[in-house]
This record gives sequence, structure tokens and C-alpha cells, in this order.
Amino acid sequence: MTTFLQLMLNGLGKGAVFALLALGFVVIFKATEVVNFAHGSLVLFGGYLVLVTKDTVGWAAAAVIGIVSAGLLALAVERLLLARSRHADPFSLALLTIGVDVIITEEVVRRLGVSLPFIGDAWDAKPLQFAGVTLFRTHLVALGVAAVLITAFFLAFRYTTWGIALRAQAENPEAAALVGIRRSRVTASAWLIAGLLAGVAVLFIATQDFSGAGLSRGTHSIALAAFPAAIIGGLDSTAGAIVGGLAVGLVDALSTEYISFAFAKSAVFLVMLVVLVVRPAGLFGTRETTRV
Amino acid sequence: MLSIRNLRVRYGRSMTALHGVDLDVPDDGVLAVLGTNGAGKSTLLRAISGTLRLHRGVITAGTIQYGDLRIDRLDPARIVRYGVVGVPEGRQIFARMTVAENLRAGGIATKPAERAAARKRVSALFPLLDERADQRAGLLSGGEQQMLAIGRALMAVPKLLLLDEPSLGLAPKLVERIGEAVREIHAQGTAVVLVEQNASMALSVADQAVVLSVGSVALSGSTEEIAASVHQHYLGTPAPERRSLARWS
Repeated sequence: MTTFLQLMLNGLGKGAVFALLALGFVVIFKATEVVNFAHGSLVLFGGYLVLVTKDTVGWAAAAVIGIVSAGLLALAVERLLLARSRHADPFSLALLTIGVDVIITEEVVRRLGVSLPFIGDAWDAKPLQFAGVTLFRTHLVALGVAAVLITAFFLAFRYTTWGIALRAQAENPEAAALVGIRRSRVTASAWLIAGLLAGVAVLFIATQDFSGAGLSRGTHSIALAAFPAAIIGGLDSTAGAIVGGLAVGLVDALSTEYISFAFAKSAVFLVMLVVLVVRPAGLFGTRETTRV
Repeated sequence: MLSIRNLRVRYGRSMTALHGVDLDVPDDGVLAVLGTNGAGKSTLLRAISGTLRLHRGVITAGTIQYGDLRIDRLDPARIVRYGVVGVPEGRQIFARMTVAENLRAGGIATKPAERAAARKRVSALFPLLDERADQRAGLLSGGEQQMLAIGRALMAVPKLLLLDEPSLGLAPKLVERIGEAVREIHAQGTAVVLVEQNASMALSVADQAVVLSVGSVALSGSTEEIAASVHQHYLGTPAPERRSLARWS
């Protein structure tokens, strides 16, 4: 029972991180219909900035630098590349993001060389013992941080003018244009938010607790679990992104324990396939998956 | 107020929808644009509001002059800020948002100081929208949705309102109701371009009219002249009086 409890808590902790990534992913998709395959590279880039600055400015400031840099990189990708071809079809733009992903990822990996540095200094590898249950501090902090960020996001999404503009554009781009919503601003804000969330997520991913591996190509492939998370929840559903993220975290934790570590990744994608067969638009999605 | 010269619009590579259209919207007037399906009425409104791109359309020649300003190269959000606001065909309200949120979206481009007044105007015109404020817009009836679509546009404080077939799919009573609303909006000082297949409603509201036919202006003039010649056009007899129009259209 204690093992199970421990698994659930750790699974939710991991899931919270996937939820942050999936949320960013979904926000971009909602605003632009573009599937952002460069999400993993934003994660790596943010982590890399933390790594190179933390020895001089201290970890906390470095974390802020990393988060902001990931956000700014996302914004730059949108402004410099995607915005220039805004009448292009979302499919071609998605292909463009694959190119961006490869370039950024390979460059960061090249600079990292053979090192696998951990960047979660503030919480990494300091487990808590509580009534016989071992809890990773990383996962607990991740849960807390994600809860705060996600709540803030939903409040803004529901009540602010920005949220109304984003939802209006997601639902009907033509009508949104006809009431004077500036498409480019909504799109830019979506990318910025997705980048910031990716920058937060990497602080938990490149840790001993989360993955046992530091910043590396592996970080990128872990971040890729945001895709099944977003797809399970439904690509155009923000609430779905949270549910999908938590589901991926739990499936990962449970299958690692009860089946094998090597199977965990397949398990996540198997769950995604099952969800897609039963509900092609994802659990909470409304759009046909053929539009992806 | 708005003057269009030699406007040509093409969709895709080869489908020409407007072949050199000239027309003028008089200051503070109501211009009815009549014509059958495929005549280019919606295309004309899309060209004015800058949303052709979203339909893979492009202006290949001509100018659209709004006051001293050429608006045919501007993006839609800009055009709205200059006071030219469109209600698209089929209403296109934000169905998953509430009525209140739809109206809030409509006021996004409005100066904060003017928003309360705009909201009051919408309440006065369509009190029903206040009763339904917290309902999801998708659950409204067709007539209510059309009121919401018009209300949403009014939140942007238009100087020129573009209405694309507001009577589409509505019961005659509601068509009358929408017609009254348009008259009221006009009386408050907003110029209107009213695209309609329902000629009787449009002509009863407008003071000028044009008839589009396969992408060109076939007729233009005052509503009386158009009413007479439309009658001639379709029935081959001179129009006895305005009232008869209501029956066949």
C-alpha cells in the first residue's frame, strides 16, 4: 500500500511537469492550429541557459533566466519564422517547427558534449521520509508549482481580455478578426506562454529524481511525452492537457514499477493509442484529429 | 463615406468573384446590396473588412477608400479600429462562450472609456441579450444568435456596419425585428451596408441599393428605382407599388 501511495504521488509529480508542457503545447495549437514539434527544444534551451548561468548568478536567478529565455526563444521562433508565413497552412508550419527543433536541439547537445549536468539544485536528491513513504522533493515542488501556474493560467484564460481573445480566435478566426482581435498578438502570447512553461518544466526534468539523468538529449525525449499527454487530453482542450499530463505521469510511474522501466515509454503511447481508438479527438477534445 | 472603385477579387488561382465593382456608400446612409447566390455579395463585404485572406481570396485590382483612408491593404483588426465592423454570414458567434463573453470580445478593440456606452446601446436594442448573459451562445435560437452577432459588432462602436444576410434562416417576424434593429442602428448615426437576398426587407430599410450579378454591379440607384427595376427584371411588368414586393420575396 505504501508503495502504491508513493507511486501515485511520484506519478502525479511527474504528471504535473508533463501537464505544464502539454498546456503550452495546447495553447499554441488552440491559437494557431499549429502542432509545435519544437517544444522539446524549448525545454532543452531553457535548461541550457540555467546551466551556463547558475555558477555566476546563483541557481535562483539562473532559473529565472532559463525560464525567460525559453519564453523569448519561443517568441522569436514565432515572430521570425512563423509570423512571416502566416497565411501558410498549419501543416507546413508544423513541418517548419520540426526543422527548428532539430537545429536547436542539436546545437544544445553539441555544446553539452558528454556532460549530463543536473539543474534542479534547489530540490534535487533531497528525498523526504514521511510515515514510511519516500517522497522526492522534486516531485512535490513540481506539483505545487504546477498547481499555482495552472490555476493562474485558467483564471487568466477565463476572466481576462487576453483569455477572451485567445478563446475567440481558437473558436472562430474570422469572427475574431471581425471584432478587431489582433491575430498576431494572440499568437505571439501563446508562444511566449508555452516557452515560459517549458522553461519551468525543465527545472524538474533534468534532475536526479525525475529522470536520473541531467540535461541531455534524454531531456528532449522525456519532454516528448508532452505530445501523448496533449493528445490524450485532446489537442484543443486546456483542461485535457492537465488530465493528459497527469495520466502520462501516472502511467509512467505505475508501469515502471509493475512492468519494467524500459516498458514505461511504450505504455504511455499505448494508452494514447487506446484513447485515440475510443475517442479520436482525445478525452476532452472537440476537433477532428484529422485536422492535426 | 466608403467608395469602391474597379474592385476585382479572385479566390485561389482562377476563380474571379468580382469583376471591377464600383460603388459608394453615402455618408450615414444605408446601402442595400442585392443579388442571387454567387453574385459576389459576401465577397464584397469580405473585401471591405479585410477577411478575404481567410477564404483564400485576394484583391487583384481596385481601391477601397474609407474617408481619406485606403483600407484595401489593411488587416481586419486595423479596419475594425477605424470603425468598419462586419457581421459575417451565418452569424458566426462564439458558440462555446457565453453571451456576455461574446459581447466582451466584441468590445476588445473599443477604447475602455467607450465600452460602457456601447454595452448600454446593445442592452437597449436587444434587452434579451441581457437576460441570456450567462448562457452559452451556442444554445441561443437563430434569431437570438443574429441579435448577438449584431450586438457584438456594435460593441466595436462601428461608424460603418457591414451586415451579411442577417435575415438568413429566420422566421418572417424575426426578419422584421432585425430590420427594425437595423433602422434603429442607422437612426443612431451608423452607416450600414446591408447584403440581402430578402429584397423586400433590405429595400424597406435602405435608401440606396445596388444589385450584383455574377460579380458586377447590374443596377444601382435609390431604393425606389431599384424596387421598380427589380420587379421589371424578375416579373417583366412594371412594379405597381412597393407593397407587392413583400409577397414574392
